[in-house]
Amino acid sequence: MMVEEERETATLEILLVEDNEAHAELVKRTLESHEVSNRIVHVGDGEEALDYLHGRGKYQGQSSRPHLILLDVRLPKVDGLEVLEEIRSHENLESIPIVMLTTSASERDVLKAYRLHANSYVVKPLDFDEFEELMRDLGFYWLVWNQRPTV
Amino acid sequence: MNKVSSQSPLRILLVEDDESHADLIVRGLEDQRLATEIVHVEDGEAALDYLSKLRDDVPDLILLDIRLPRVDGLEVLRRIRKSDRCRLIPTVMLTTSAASRDIETAYRLRANSYLVKPLDFDRFTTLITGLGLYWTRWNQRPA
Repeated sequence: MMVEEERETATLEILLVEDNEAHAELVKRTLESHEVSNRIVHVGDGEEALDYLHGRGKYQGQSSRPHLILLDVRLPKVDGLEVLEEIRSHENLESIPIVMLTTSASERDVLKAYRLHANSYVVKPLDFDEFEELMRDLGFYWLVWNQRPTV
Repeated sequence: MNKVSSQSPLRILLVEDDESHADLIVRGLEDQRLATEIVHVEDGEAALDYLSKLRDDVPDLILLDIRLPRVDGLEVLRRIRKSDRCRLIPTVMLTTSAASRDIETAYRLRANSYLVKPLDFDRFTTLITGLGLYWTRWNQRPA
């Protein structure tokens, strides 16, 4: 099947928007050892995420369209829900699958994320082993099974 | 210990006109105890009809084929996203179509996810289990 062949050779890019260094390390480590080849771009705040996606600021001239965005809610400068809203308002970015990946289990954040059209909302487990399990399942679901929107 | 990730089984609406696929999906989810209730309808109009009659008890997840009799899946999706009661329900397209036009349209209509049914029986079963696990265990449902 054509789609599956393309999938196996392409390196997928994941934009990770996460200000907690330890969490970022865990995410990177578990995803990078995944069966599906992928490259993780990690930024530490919402403003940098938008700069990266729009090719401005320190990313001036670069054209980026990650295959998946993992987005924390609580972020410095521009928070995750604002980043989500901004991405969904741009035609060239709006279809990118976005998974909120956050410590916040607040119902208000969950509802707002869905209203702003997050594809999924996942609460980071406190337990390290469970977090790894999550990242393995999340990687499988969004990188292997889920069909990416075409460019 | 964060218990949030261990969530209760899902109430699922399955919109699927192929009997053998529906059978496989329902059995796959039930065998893994991933769903408390699966409502299965066979065309788009029945899906919209079912949803319009609900009050507070909307499904936790909708699995939606595209090629359906009467009202097709993309139209069902469009209407779900316009409905105040249903617009936030996680909706996963589960279809034989790998056409890029269908994929792009589904995402623009705010499908949460798009899965192509594998032709291979074992892969199909694995996909159903993976789908069930992800949306049950990890994804937070809108309240």
